[in-house]
Amino acid sequence: MIRTEELLLNVGPQHPSTHGVFRIIVKIDGEVITEAIPVMGYLHRGTEKLAESLNYTQIIPYTDRMDYVSAMTSNYVLVHAVETMMNLEIPERAQYLRLVVMELQRVASHLVWWGTYLLDIGAMTPFLYAFRDREKIIDMFNELCGARLTYNYMRVGGVKWDAPVGWIDKVREFIPYMRKNLEEFHNLVSGNEIFLARIKGIGKYDAQTAIDYGLSGANLRSAGVKWDLRKDQPYSIYDRFDFDIPVGVNGDCYDRYVIRMEEIRQSLRILEQAMAQFPTDGDIMGKVPRIIRPPEGEVYVRIESPRGEIGCHIVSRGKAEPYRLKFRRPSFVNLQILPKLLVGETMTNLVTILGGIDIVVGEVDA
Amino acid sequence: MEDFLQKTLGWGNFTIFAISAIAMLLISLGFVTYFIYFERKVIGWMQFRIGPNRTGPLGLLQSVADVAKLLMKEDTIPKKADKALFILAPVITYVPSFMVLAVIPYSETLYFTDLNVGLLYYIALSGISTIGIVLGGWASNNKYALLGGMRSAAQMVSYEIPLVISVTGVIMISGSLNLRMIAMGQEGWFWHWNIVPQILGFVIFTIAAIAELNRTPFDLPEAESELISGYHVEYSGFRFAFFMLSEYTYVYAIAALTTVLFLGGWYAPAPFLDFIPGLIWFFAKFAFVVFFLFWIRATLPRIRIDQLMSLGWKWLLPLSLLNLFLTAIYMEIFR
Repeated sequence: MIRTEELLLNVGPQHPSTHGVFRIIVKIDGEVITEAIPVMGYLHRGTEKLAESLNYTQIIPYTDRMDYVSAMTSNYVLVHAVETMMNLEIPERAQYLRLVVMELQRVASHLVWWGTYLLDIGAMTPFLYAFRDREKIIDMFNELCGARLTYNYMRVGGVKWDAPVGWIDKVREFIPYMRKNLEEFHNLVSGNEIFLARIKGIGKYDAQTAIDYGLSGANLRSAGVKWDLRKDQPYSIYDRFDFDIPVGVNGDCYDRYVIRMEEIRQSLRILEQAMAQFPTDGDIMGKVPRIIRPPEGEVYVRIESPRGEIGCHIVSRGKAEPYRLKFRRPSFVNLQILPKLLVGETMTNLVTILGGIDIVVGEVDA
Repeated sequence: MEDFLQKTLGWGNFTIFAISAIAMLLISLGFVTYFIYFERKVIGWMQFRIGPNRTGPLGLLQSVADVAKLLMKEDTIPKKADKALFILAPVITYVPSFMVLAVIPYSETLYFTDLNVGLLYYIALSGISTIGIVLGGWASNNKYALLGGMRSAAQMVSYEIPLVISVTGVIMISGSLNLRMIAMGQEGWFWHWNIVPQILGFVIFTIAAIAELNRTPFDLPEAESELISGYHVEYSGFRFAFFMLSEYTYVYAIAALTTVLFLGGWYAPAPFLDFIPGLIWFFAKFAFVVFFLFWIRATLPRIRIDQLMSLGWKWLLPLSLLNLFLTAIYMEIFR
């Protein structure tokens, strides 16, 4: 008899495919994982605690650093929570600007995901294709608010900067450009036999499991649950637009791939409609008291970020700072299903499944 | 050259042998240096990048600088590594890769040995390199390196067999294991090349050869995104350089072998193009094979280890046996 032993393998926190400083300890038997223990917290900065001693405007930059791939939606969830508490009126132009940047951000975020996912699977070229197009969006954001990643763009009551001259035209031109390139991406990757063999049927779960684990975003929709807050609980001005929610059947990595790719197309559709309706002028800030003091009470709002349902729970005592602040971070919640999915899979599938969940470690650890 | 090789060994021709061996070594080193440069350039263009362009004119000295850096780097050996094997592994990997170059003929008159079992020699030696990879993975005492080494062993066993069986078709057609003879049997128009009757064999050979080379989509032993860099994760400096060198020397060898076995060696695709020297034709075909490898690398994602196994055993092996059978029928009917 050959004596075999399980190997304890430490993946991360410095590993090219853990998308940051995520760490997972796996027990492997040959190449098959028998147990997986995720270790989080390498990027924990205590955002929620820090927020208790900051006023609401000061918290906004901290939300940028949570989900740094999609800072606009993190910005929005905070200001949306405060606005809900204070019953503020948001001017039309600000509403549209917010919507446009959030949808552009969704496209940019999914492009990052697409590129890095293919990189995880071993194809290098798609990454550079994706970043070429993401760069266009980043440049537009840069022009809008002077930052490429941490925008600090939204404010309670509106947005900080108006669109510069010609900016809207750039967004208009971007939509057909991105559509064309999306086709190219599909031609390049989506039908590749090796790629399909790598992701079809991997990391499967059913709808009930997805709901039990509190998954959201593409992770939930891949299992066949049609749930998108933009449609089901419209916030901002999403109820004015016509778009579809792509839903999967099998709940595997392939479905998640297809859903995210389709979401790019749907975001472009929303952008196209928003461009047609975009108000030519108007205020970008509503009437907001000098010092923002939400009334005493609690509020919980949730929106659909590219990664899923991001929520913000504020407990206010009527002061300029929140008494308690809590973010429901989709990356953190979605990650919880990982140990369950990994058992019985190979080392290679660890990368495929982790990439398929689409985490941003800044948001996992907050 | 033939008379010269047949002469009895004396000091005079021993010196010439030694000099030509050194020349070959320098040629292969030069090839590896510029192969890496062109790989980075070509893949760069395929990915909307420029590629190396800072060191020297057009970045031509980039690879030279990289090699110089590797040679000057501190040589580290992990404390818990098996020291003797750790040192030995890159040598075991590199030496066969250089030795196989001996049997490759470049033109009718330019070759270094005229071995009657040239192809067998090539296949036998190239298998040894894998032992170096497994040893390197094991001796590093690193779990990722071990996994990389294990994968490499599995990959070698699965792909060596279809590779050998796929070239057996070529051997049957030319009736020789001598690479020179095989190339000379393909004279004339391009449909005399072995790729035409052996198209199935060529496809199997190409897939198996890429797997042997550990290049994308079969770069599992060093899978960047899973195993960090697999078997050579603990190596640095010139020991690491030797692993890389042997990998790229094998690219050279496989590209030359493909040219000789399937693409008509040094013969022009049409007899009236014979005024262009054979050496140029050889290197044109060789360069095309090399470019093809770049192209594959820029396009395809990586295959999974179990899929690699099932592809090797369930598809390539039966197909290569079928190819053998078809070749026998072809021989019976047309010859």
